[in-house]
Amino acid sequence: MNFLRHIIIIFGGAIFGLGLAYSGAAVPEVVLSFLRLEDFGLALVIGGALLVTLLTFQFLPKVINTPLLGGSFTRPAKLPISKWNIMGASIFGVGWGLTGLCPGTSFAAVGMGNWPVLAGIIGMFIGALLYGMLRNKGLKGIE
Amino acid sequence: METLFPLGIEQYVVGGLLVGAGIAFIYVMTGVVAGVSTVFTSTWSFVFADPTSFFRRDKFIASRKWRLSLVAGLVLGGFVYLFLFNDGNATVTSLPVLQLFAGGLLVGIGTRMAAGCPSGHGITGNAMLEKSSLVSTITFLAVGIIVALITQNVL
Repeated sequence: MNFLRHIIIIFGGAIFGLGLAYSGAAVPEVVLSFLRLEDFGLALVIGGALLVTLLTFQFLPKVINTPLLGGSFTRPAKLPISKWNIMGASIFGVGWGLTGLCPGTSFAAVGMGNWPVLAGIIGMFIGALLYGMLRNKGLKGIE
Repeated sequence: METLFPLGIEQYVVGGLLVGAGIAFIYVMTGVVAGVSTVFTSTWSFVFADPTSFFRRDKFIASRKWRLSLVAGLVLGGFVYLFLFNDGNATVTSLPVLQLFAGGLLVGIGTRMAAGCPSGHGITGNAMLEKSSLVSTITFLAVGIIVALITQNVL
């Protein structure tokens, strides 16, 4: 992937991160107020983002054949619904419910000067390391 | 309305549209679908040399560099907010560091086991109309709400 593509992804990622920060989704307390059913704003954040991406992913490849920088439109491999979705999403849900942290919002939070969230990001890297080591030991999974 | 959204809705709607615009921009320009959580696995491929290792699967090696660019962009976006919209005032959580670490550990294990997080399943996976993403999204919303409600008076 060439230099220009990295610049584009950093720029798009910055819009993504600015949106997380501006909406409050990158503030753990705001996420927890949603999960405690005190403020339903996070549903609007997910809904707004989903509306834009749904229209883009579904219709753009019908309008232009290739991305503007060349290459092709990728889509993640189709994954079957499995117990791993349920188990993984449940384990994630416990961590999310305890802290209000998810991967994208945590990186944006660090940019907002929320330094304690770095401890959460370190935890995420170590958690993924543990999961990968289990896969190396023969644990089954979906990717 | 004011009971459902005590802080108003403007910031939520504008922020959500910006999130979608960033992901859409990356897709229009490069064709890449920008989920976040895979970076926690793919980055370890820089450390582990064994070609049979889980961390060195083709999909992780092929995407490991742009995934780091994506998270650099996410941090940059938060930084832009800090100075353009918050007068340089850092937003610092009052949650204990140990709680953040423990929660992060579960987020790391769970998102990788489910192969996605709120961005990868909740937004891009659902936008691709993936059934497994819908199942994951409903599951983590339900569990997250239950855990947050149970622990709100304890933690």
